[in-house]
Amino acid sequence: MNRTRQVAVLVALLAGTGAVLLMLPLVGMKLTPLRAILDPSGSGTEARIFWMIRVPRVLAGWLAGAALAAAGMAYQALFRNSLATPFTLGVASGAALGAALSIRFGLYLSVAGFSGTPLWAFAGASASILLVYGITRARRGMSTATMLLAGVAVSFFFSSLNLFTQYISDFTHTFRIIRWLMGGVQVAGFRSVLEMAPLVLAGLLITLRLTRELDILATGEEMAAGRGVDVVRTRNMLFFASSLMVGGVVAVCGPIGFVGLMIPHICRLLVGPGHRVLAPASILAGGSFLALCDTFARTIIAPAEIPVGVITALLGGPFFLALLIREGKH
Amino acid sequence: MENGKSHPALEISDLSFSVGARSILSRVSFKVPKGEFLAVVGPNGAGKTTLLRCVVGVISRYTGAVTVDGRPLAAYRRRHLARLMSYVPQSDAGWFPFTGRELVMMGRYPYLNPFSPPGRRDLEVVERTLHITGTASLADRDIRTLSAGERQKILIAGALAQEAETMLLDEPTTFLDPRHTDEILSILSGLNRSGVTVVMVTHDINSAAAVSSRILALAGGEARYNGSVEAFMDNAVLEAVYGKQFTLVPHPARGLSMTLPGGPRP
Repeated sequence: MNRTRQVAVLVALLAGTGAVLLMLPLVGMKLTPLRAILDPSGSGTEARIFWMIRVPRVLAGWLAGAALAAAGMAYQALFRNSLATPFTLGVASGAALGAALSIRFGLYLSVAGFSGTPLWAFAGASASILLVYGITRARRGMSTATMLLAGVAVSFFFSSLNLFTQYISDFTHTFRIIRWLMGGVQVAGFRSVLEMAPLVLAGLLITLRLTRELDILATGEEMAAGRGVDVVRTRNMLFFASSLMVGGVVAVCGPIGFVGLMIPHICRLLVGPGHRVLAPASILAGGSFLALCDTFARTIIAPAEIPVGVITALLGGPFFLALLIREGKH
Repeated sequence: MENGKSHPALEISDLSFSVGARSILSRVSFKVPKGEFLAVVGPNGAGKTTLLRCVVGVISRYTGAVTVDGRPLAAYRRRHLARLMSYVPQSDAGWFPFTGRELVMMGRYPYLNPFSPPGRRDLEVVERTLHITGTASLADRDIRTLSAGERQKILIAGALAQEAETMLLDEPTTFLDPRHTDEILSILSGLNRSGVTVVMVTHDINSAAAVSSRILALAGGEARYNGSVEAFMDNAVLEAVYGKQFTLVPHPARGLSMTLPGGPRP
């Protein structure tokens, strides 16, 4: 892939991210006038909406999108399959169950004043990825069919446990869980952002450190072992990193689907398969994409809003089918 | 070797491996001296691929010992091992649209510093490797668009870029047309002449006879024959390995027999 083109795409994505983070918080039912933000007293309603509602929300959306895209990209290399994503592998369901259990039973296990929900979601995500990977590997050859079926099975299994959790919950808990399962970036204030940020950033850093290994793993595990990659250790680190990211996102935003499918795929078309460029490109594009989708979701039927998961699913469903049909033709 | 003693490139002793109650390999022992071209042959399911997977450490729950260059396999870090021994598995290299050159560059992994991009020497080795394997014209092509034979050559080039003194290959010519089979075999004998120790697993007795310096035959997970090529091409030996006799004809240029496909005409 042409080096100049890769640099150009990265610069464009970086500029896009800058624009998204600076401009989207201004957008809402009413555009926030710049004068209001810069008001030194900062006590006006407009300034408070801007700083305490819109800025954290755009940040949370960006982090969630970046994390989901990076996790999808890592799964695709490890499973050697473009249809592997946090959603299709059932990882999001596992994380959702962990988070729902923590909400229902108040298993807060708070760490330094923050809720333990992200850690429970991380545990759920780890359990499901290990399960799906184990099942896919048990039938040799890692076929798409086995992988998707294993993902569906694990997803259903965790979803039923999740339904059971709702069934035994009281009305307010159930409502909270259901609303949150639709997937959305309903955050207010920086608390939620700070809750997910450490997990997401740690996961992103680990993933960015392993880009060369991701390239080689994408050509096959045996090949990678022959090239000198410590396959088991690298795989476990990538599973750990992606579970951190998916756990962090799902705990705050619920399962948002298809970002991890569409973004790495589009980025691969733009910058090629090499993860040294693909990883930063997917992170930047994923963040901007979800922040944009979420801004759309909260403004299109204002003052009400649509869960952003509905929008990404509407875009991603057809995309998934198109990829599936195209893969069948190979 | 300044101290006058040279370890065999590879030494396998009493290697056994089973899955559940089923024994895949049982008490296989052999040595591969440096500079040898060993062909590992045998019927389907004889345990040839499993043997290679044990030797490269993809499978680790075996009993017995694998010694590489005088040290047990477990004593090596993977990166270090990859500088001594390269491996070309049966693989399609995946659906990722890497170019041939990118795939060959992956062979430099054991030499690369995790924090810096490939250096000048790495780039030189890659170009030289492409040249040696005759794959320079494939370097910029998307590997998914290559034919099976072309892709196999690129995979061999990638293994060669590891600059390891031993190369293991699993069925490098299976599914290839006769031209590509010949080209790959001549690349491998060229490498062997330049000093690379080659261990090649193959189904094809004639290919094995044509290029190797010694043959190891497995059947039912056991080593049934380990010796010269000439003595292997004999119906008593072949029957012990394959459970069947073949029509043997003398090679016109070399003093050994080759098998003909098909039984005798009635």
